[in-house]
Amino acid sequence: MGDLFQEAILVSILAGTVRIMTPILFAAIGELVTQRAGIWNMGVEGTMLMGAFIAYVVATATGSIWIAVLAAMLAGGVVGLLTAFMTATMRVDHFITGLGINLLISGLTLYWFRIYIKGRAQPTFEGFENVPIPVLSSIPYLGEILFTQRILTYVAFLSVPAIWFLLYRTRWGLELRCLGENPKALDIKGLSVVRRQYTAVLIGSIMTGLGGGFLMLGFSDRFLADITAGRGWLAIVAIIAGRWMPRGVLAAVAVFALLESVATHVQVLGVDIPHQIFLALPYVASIVLLMMLRSKSGEPRRLGIPYFR
Amino acid sequence: MSDILKAVNLTKRFPGVIANENVNFDLRAGEVHCLFGENGAGKSTLSSCLFGFYQPEGGHIEIGGEIANFKSPRDAIHMGVGMVHQHFVLVAEFSVLENIVVGTHESGWQLKLTDARKRVEGLCAEYSIDLDLDARVGDLAVGQQQWVEILKALFLDAKVLILDEPSAVLTPEESLRLFRIIDHMKELGLSILLISHKMVEVMQADRVTVLRKGKVVDTVCPANVTPNELTRMMVGRDVELRMVRDRTEDAERKFETVLNVEKVSYRDGRGKLALDNVSLHIGKGEILGLAGVSGNGQKELFEILSGVLVPENGCLSLDGERIEGLPSRQYMDRGVGLVPDDRFREGLIPEFNIRENMILGWQRHDDYTNGMFLDHKQIGSIADGLIDEFQIATPSGATPVNHLSGGNAQKVILAREFVHSSKLLLANQPTRGLDLGVIEYVYKQIIAKREEGYAILLASEELEDLLNLSDRIAVMSGGKITGIVDPLTTTVEEIGLLMAGGKEEQAA
Repeated sequence: MGDLFQEAILVSILAGTVRIMTPILFAAIGELVTQRAGIWNMGVEGTMLMGAFIAYVVATATGSIWIAVLAAMLAGGVVGLLTAFMTATMRVDHFITGLGINLLISGLTLYWFRIYIKGRAQPTFEGFENVPIPVLSSIPYLGEILFTQRILTYVAFLSVPAIWFLLYRTRWGLELRCLGENPKALDIKGLSVVRRQYTAVLIGSIMTGLGGGFLMLGFSDRFLADITAGRGWLAIVAIIAGRWMPRGVLAAVAVFALLESVATHVQVLGVDIPHQIFLALPYVASIVLLMMLRSKSGEPRRLGIPYFR
Repeated sequence: MSDILKAVNLTKRFPGVIANENVNFDLRAGEVHCLFGENGAGKSTLSSCLFGFYQPEGGHIEIGGEIANFKSPRDAIHMGVGMVHQHFVLVAEFSVLENIVVGTHESGWQLKLTDARKRVEGLCAEYSIDLDLDARVGDLAVGQQQWVEILKALFLDAKVLILDEPSAVLTPEESLRLFRIIDHMKELGLSILLISHKMVEVMQADRVTVLRKGKVVDTVCPANVTPNELTRMMVGRDVELRMVRDRTEDAERKFETVLNVEKVSYRDGRGKLALDNVSLHIGKGEILGLAGVSGNGQKELFEILSGVLVPENGCLSLDGERIEGLPSRQYMDRGVGLVPDDRFREGLIPEFNIRENMILGWQRHDDYTNGMFLDHKQIGSIADGLIDEFQIATPSGATPVNHLSGGNAQKVILAREFVHSSKLLLANQPTRGLDLGVIEYVYKQIIAKREEGYAILLASEELEDLLNLSDRIAVMSGGKITGIVDPLTTTVEEIGLLMAGGKEEQAA
């Protein structure tokens, strides 16, 4: 193979990485906000799936992918409302809540999907196109990798510094992190713990819904059962691997996405190894990462523990 | 002096208990008023009502003569009531300044802490508190965390300060400083409600309100009563204030070493050196007291001595046999008994009944089994015998231990460990949080075990008790033994210095 071809492949793998990062990054950064407030939302996978499904229905029904994006966020928010009600108001175990939500949505989306396509060919839609950023996109290599992407990809990357700023440079962020470490410190100042937990879960779930929406609208033209395929779980692993810090989470998501991007390119290159093995790589990597990171330093102290006075 | 804070017929119930019943009490402007009572007398509930954390079911609170209806601590803070909690409500990961500011809305939406920093620095100067405002609170010593808690309340411009057992975790030296700070607050016109069960502190207050079983017994001036009278008001009967052990035979005793600990070090999960070259020995029939503010390695030492943790370095021997690294069951089989400091979490399984808890850890023992099954008949009869012997107040042996009071629960642990051990008894804070009557009982049992020839390690935060009971006292600070002293010749001051890390550091 010639140098040019190799270069093109490399650029394609990296550009693919950036695109694949998008949905996981939305979910992971959103869930980071939720977890920093002490709520362990295990329902990321389900929330994402709901976002993807609603995006599909709205995109095919209205023909507008931007309305579909808004609908996906709204769907995430509704699931978030349920999660927040269970964890913050009812103080149900966070893991059981997440388990229930994942099972519910996996079944529900499949059921609704069957009803939606009943008696007709599965409708498709026109997904997102790349929107090159003027000037920046003409930088050699980098321009193609970073600045010739979908609009929501740019948004996802910008959300990392934005959420960092929110968490570490605002009063709101200080209070939110306080919830994850010691909610009583806010309670004794007469500030509502529950209200802030709702906010945190909603932000996380809306971003996760958006991630699901992008997964649908940015990669495909039709819905499949359980289309999220574990990306929500990868988002959770990325938070642990990233030690609950925005840039750590970004790095972990990049690793998973790179592996997935390599896997998709292996098919094109015709390497003589079943590509399913490569497709499993991000998940294998996540298990290896979790084994390596036995210490959970950086984990909020009260994460996943319902707050009682 | 006028009343600044007043409780009128205050009643607060929790499911099944009346924590406060028709409590009347007033705090005058510029006084130090002490709330005195045993654990469970309703002191903390009352203070939680006074700062709006709980809402009373009956009666009301007056601030400066006007009825105040606190819906949340926010309202109390607005009225100038500040609270310093017994169990610190701090965020370990935050800096000192962030802990003080969080939840106060003292900065704009964007965190700008310059003004807040100036104010906190001013407060530190006013009260001669020396703190690095950017230090992570989790890295501070427990004593310093207390200053952070106090600054949090002062930062909110409190006129009335409620201090809930503020000296519980302080060294004697730090307690003195605390009371100097309290005096200074008084000079500045603050009114202080001090919750305490320490007689020394109570006697320093301007007035004392004694609570018993949720009701006010009386409000008195310490100048007009004796400590014994106050104790009688608190407990409702006469108790021996301090156990004093008979020392007449002490001189003839020779302690043949049972446990020998040599240069033991231990690093905790976070890599912190929790025990640093600890050496000590305990003889047959000897009580070795262990003094020190908790969190200075005592817990780790107890767990190493009972085989729960394995030391990184050093050796342990019991009756001359090396035992480090052996599984904890071996320690039990060799006659070691452990009374852990957190009784409900580590000493018992709260949901299990008394009988089951009585044999906890010994469930494989031949006495309690029939082949592979538990012999419930046998367990029941042995446990019920112990319930009588240790005077555990319970309807039956089938009662879950989480239905028991702290004192009765502690007796379950004592019964289990006393009966199953034979040589060495490790008791970490066995009297913490117990009523005077039960404390008296626990100490009598420990003394009886000493007479039987047990080697005993007894940790306590009550220095007076250690001085009265121990044959020798080891002092711990920062994971080290900073000194071993003779209770008959030492002083509280000397032990206090050792608790603070030793003489060298104190001079600096």
